[in-house]
Amino acid sequence: MATQPGEVQAALSRRYGAGFVTDIESHSLPPGLGEDTIRALSAIKEEPEWMTEWRLAAYRRWLKMTPPNWAHLKLGAIDFQAISYYSAPKNKPKSLAEVDPKLLETYDKLGVPLHERAKLAGVAVDAVFDSVSVANTARDQLAKVGVIFCSMSEAIREHGDLVRQYLGTVVPQGDNFFAALNSAVFSDGSFVFIPKGVRCPMELSTYFRINAGHTGQFERTLIIAEEASTVSYLEGCTAPMRDENQLHAAVVELVALEKANIKYSTVQNWYPGDENGKGGIYNFVTKRGECRGDDSRITWTQVETGSAITWKYPSCVLRGDRSVGEFHSVALTNNYQQADTGTKMIHIGRDTKSKIVSKGISAGRSQNSYRGLVKVEKGALNARNHTRCDSILIGKKCGSHTFPYMEVKNPTAIVEHEATTSKISDDQLFYCRSRGIGEEDAVSMIVDGFCKQVFRELPMEFAVEAKKLLEVSLEGAIG
Amino acid sequence: MLKIENLHARVAGKEILKGLSLEAKSGEVHAIMGPNGAGKSTLGNVLAGRPGYEVTQGTVTFDGNNLLEMEPEVRAAAGLFLAFQYPVEIPGVNNTYFLRAALNAQRKARGAEELDSMQFLKLVRERVKEMGMTPDLLNRAVNEGFSGGEKKRNEVFQMAVLEPRLAILDETDSGLDIDALKQVAEGVNRLRSPERSFLVITHYQRLLDYIVPDFVHVLADGCIVESGDATLAKELEAHGYAWVRDRTPAEAQA
Repeated sequence: MATQPGEVQAALSRRYGAGFVTDIESHSLPPGLGEDTIRALSAIKEEPEWMTEWRLAAYRRWLKMTPPNWAHLKLGAIDFQAISYYSAPKNKPKSLAEVDPKLLETYDKLGVPLHERAKLAGVAVDAVFDSVSVANTARDQLAKVGVIFCSMSEAIREHGDLVRQYLGTVVPQGDNFFAALNSAVFSDGSFVFIPKGVRCPMELSTYFRINAGHTGQFERTLIIAEEASTVSYLEGCTAPMRDENQLHAAVVELVALEKANIKYSTVQNWYPGDENGKGGIYNFVTKRGECRGDDSRITWTQVETGSAITWKYPSCVLRGDRSVGEFHSVALTNNYQQADTGTKMIHIGRDTKSKIVSKGISAGRSQNSYRGLVKVEKGALNARNHTRCDSILIGKKCGSHTFPYMEVKNPTAIVEHEATTSKISDDQLFYCRSRGIGEEDAVSMIVDGFCKQVFRELPMEFAVEAKKLLEVSLEGAIG
Repeated sequence: MLKIENLHARVAGKEILKGLSLEAKSGEVHAIMGPNGAGKSTLGNVLAGRPGYEVTQGTVTFDGNNLLEMEPEVRAAAGLFLAFQYPVEIPGVNNTYFLRAALNAQRKARGAEELDSMQFLKLVRERVKEMGMTPDLLNRAVNEGFSGGEKKRNEVFQMAVLEPRLAILDETDSGLDIDALKQVAEGVNRLRSPERSFLVITHYQRLLDYIVPDFVHVLADGCIVESGDATLAKELEAHGYAWVRDRTPAEAQA
């Protein structure tokens, strides 16, 4: 197994195991947002002029926009002037050897394999701590086959032409309120470029962590897979436990050219707030992939257990003929968590196919919504979609909702939707208990079985982590 | 091993067991027979601790301990096993994984060492062979998509792996064809030992042709109205349950 699950488990053990704060000197911009902030941010990052202008253009659009209110979420107004838009550890490392030992310790606690063992394990890791990318492993090995895997800041400096060509082409600046905000103030993120015909030799992975208080994290990820290339990418997220809500507004763009294959997996464990609903991360994320070339494929797999509020719809634009989009999701909410998540499949090319599998688990007083759009454009001859939405309720005070939208403009399309809602049955629980399995273990076993279809899509070592995460998140969910 | 005294129990507010007493010693096989609605399955469920079955009076001890105070999983760890009349499906949970979790949970509760995957796999493979079952059963989800007969056999298979000290078979014969019935009976007979007791709940006598009991009890209207040896089952078969009722008037209720 690539990562040591023992360490992952240790990191996740008990309640919210990632809720520690690392005592490290950081360099932050004072709270507040204006053109000056953006110029300052851009300057700190030594960005070229075009980037600064791009940010400012986004900011000006954002000023004219209002936060979305259509989601099934209860949310107070966010004071965007109270947030610091940049926080970075003070000592900027030049190589892994220079990385602050305390930071390494943090990642160690989280079970991120940063050192040589990462290479041995076949996982290349980019770790984003607050706003900057601090370490990036296995880079040399990747460089040999022409794969670029680096922080977004570095990509802007070193591979400006590529970034400029693709940035904002999948998620335009004005796409939505949070995407516009991100375009203006994104601080870092990951950049991946897989050249023509290359099968990326290892899993790529990024860990995001919010450490400093009163900061938002606005990362931007861009993955470009050229013709006939293949890549599998995984992101993991954690944050310390704090009383205030922290904002995470990321944008992820994927571009798959002809015959390219991108698999993007997320294990999201942002701090969900305490059992009374205090604190926690607001996770407002725009993720979209475009199957730009014929016969390309994009697969999103997500396991969402964290955040106080999740607002997230990883989507596929199926532009190329015969392109395929898939979305596999497990979203678990407990206590006062709210999730409004799902996907959009936009069929544009001919003979395009999409598949959606969504598993929602609600416990405590949480609200869990699936919201999905399947859109078949006029020219999308023979489009196929199959959607399966299952939800399971644990206890009596939680809610589960399904909002499927279908817009079909081509009569040859076949769009199918199946949905089920069930409760963990008393019979199932008693059956397990009568065999000697305690109640909590029985619940996680039943939930794990319920999610099996999605876990199968995750790289093996992360499937182990995801399963463990569900167990931890469900603690105290019954009784 | 098991001692039930004057047991009264309610389900959904309705009294089903009305003063049932029964004692089973180590190594004994007791058959519980009776017409529909007599309380046979209620007895099995009360002993296993199913939520919703409320004991209003009486005592049950298992190896001298108060069984009624134990949680279902504690009863299982103590060595009690219920083969369900209607085994439950758990989609997506692998049968082998489920059984290993169950066995290890029980072993842990008893202070015994847990089995690792290799040890466990060896054990289940042996049991599969002994039970004459198809090995693909191990890779399927718990009871998911199983036929009625497969579910019942899976219950006996679980029993063979968990090796309980007291096994309650709740109408394990119902819905089985004669071949499956024989297989199930063979499985049970193989497990008979001086340390292990069985309560075989059945509606029909035919199972008892294959699992010959030491005692037969007739349950009617929440009480045991008649007890005897294996020949009692034959008489019941010949005369029907009405015969017992006519023969034993109200004194059995005393």
